[in-house]
Amino acid sequence: MRGSNLKRVLEEGHFAVTAEIGPPKSCDAAFVHRKADLLRGYADAFNITDNQTAIVRMSSIAAAVLIQQKGLEPVIQMTCRDRNRIGLQSDLLGAAALGIKNVLCLTGDHQSFGNHPQAKNVFDLDSIQLIKTIKDMRDEGRFLCGEEMKVRPDVFIGCVENPFADPFEFRALRLQKKVEAGAEFVQTQCVLDLKHFRRFMDMINDRGLTDRVAVLAGVMPIKSARMARYMQRNVAGMMVPDELCERLEAAADVEKEAIDIVVEQIAEVKEIPGVKGVHIMAVAWEEVVPEIVRRAGLYPRPVVND
Amino acid sequence: MIVGELKPLAEIKNMVHGYRRILVVGCGGCVTVCQTGGLQEAETLARLLYMDDPETTVESLAVPRQCEWEFLEQLKTAIPRYEIVLSTACGIGVQAMNEYFRGIQTLPALNTRFLGMPVQHGLFVERCQACGDCMLHRTGGICPVARCSKNLMNGPCGGSKNGKCEISPEIDCAWQLIYERLKVLDQLERLLAIQPPKDWSHARDGGVRKMAREDLMLDEGE
Repeated sequence: MRGSNLKRVLEEGHFAVTAEIGPPKSCDAAFVHRKADLLRGYADAFNITDNQTAIVRMSSIAAAVLIQQKGLEPVIQMTCRDRNRIGLQSDLLGAAALGIKNVLCLTGDHQSFGNHPQAKNVFDLDSIQLIKTIKDMRDEGRFLCGEEMKVRPDVFIGCVENPFADPFEFRALRLQKKVEAGAEFVQTQCVLDLKHFRRFMDMINDRGLTDRVAVLAGVMPIKSARMARYMQRNVAGMMVPDELCERLEAAADVEKEAIDIVVEQIAEVKEIPGVKGVHIMAVAWEEVVPEIVRRAGLYPRPVVND
Repeated sequence: MIVGELKPLAEIKNMVHGYRRILVVGCGGCVTVCQTGGLQEAETLARLLYMDDPETTVESLAVPRQCEWEFLEQLKTAIPRYEIVLSTACGIGVQAMNEYFRGIQTLPALNTRFLGMPVQHGLFVERCQACGDCMLHRTGGICPVARCSKNLMNGPCGGSKNGKCEISPEIDCAWQLIYERLKVLDQLERLLAIQPPKDWSHARDGGVRKMAREDLMLDEGE
């Protein structure tokens, strides 16, 4: 069976592109298929969010299989919020059996942000423990309890890191823990404050982490000045510089300006030592991804062979 | 201590609606310290219920601790005079009352909130979740099980900002506190060790918990 395309792209030294696809708040397979058709060929792999911001949506694994049917390579997301170690390991086996090659391990947004704030959360494992669990399933053929399995899940393991959260000095150490647990690629929270991001990259370069993990810098087109201001004020762990808000506020064509900004950001992060690719998070605005990828000079995507 | 908070009066009135002889039983333990369920609060609640319906008899008293049979024994003569009992103890007291006095129902007047302490006058904050496997020696004396909203074991999530938790600016980020504390203790290296998955079988996930102390048990008939 073919391994992960994303892994091969990185191994061959190409600047990787991943993009996020949010599943629908319904069982509408056609919706996922349409997004897949729109984005085919514009990224090396596509992240399918796992009930992002704790809002119930089609499951990440199911939507991943739907985009696979359209010839796209998915990265499933697994959060620790909704499943215990039994559910997580079981779903990983199921995903691997369905041909899924990439898994991104996250703690998960707290349920208080979502549409079922009355829910009981799980957090049996944290993201670092989940990474280690999946690595041991793949490399040792063992479940968390130590029991062996016959066929191992062959997945490329990713994690996330937020360079803009606190305590800042601990962020690089936290990524180091994730790498030691088994993470092979990391997607960062969207980079809007480049100065701060450069400091983070310096810290992880100093620790030699960029030789051990592929850093995909997160970028996000922000569709309106109002949204930028909202994120600046209300989204914990995001740094939205004033200049960015002002630029959007002054723009005659805001959407065009938003795309211009992302294209510039990609050009800048591409020059930072240790950055191996970008992860484009065009949440609910996926249709702009092709234009961003083209204008950033990242199209067509490389074709790599096993 | 166990922190309890009085239920909304409307809910309590609804529970005791139709009863003519009501006894409110306070507890001299934790809820006295919280000033929500001691003798004074039981008396106040009794007065409020009486004012609401002067046709009813509402009386109040308190025992040193509702969670011990020997103190409940003191109520043996009083209890049969009432139709219903309202307890201002925590959920343990309410259950002890129901178990001890089988012939009468004891209703909860408090919501048992959490295990915590008053960090200042009038402000109680959670500190422990009784996970059954204390790890405070590894986290600078700050509990991530009780105080991190996601009970993370390996450091702060991406939502920690300016020392606060992503879910509310009113909640301190436990891992920021742990980080600062370990820095002071010169034990930051502890944060680098990957903590393996916690064994939750010692928490309530392992079913109802018991602790047996055979050395304290009395022989039959003693």
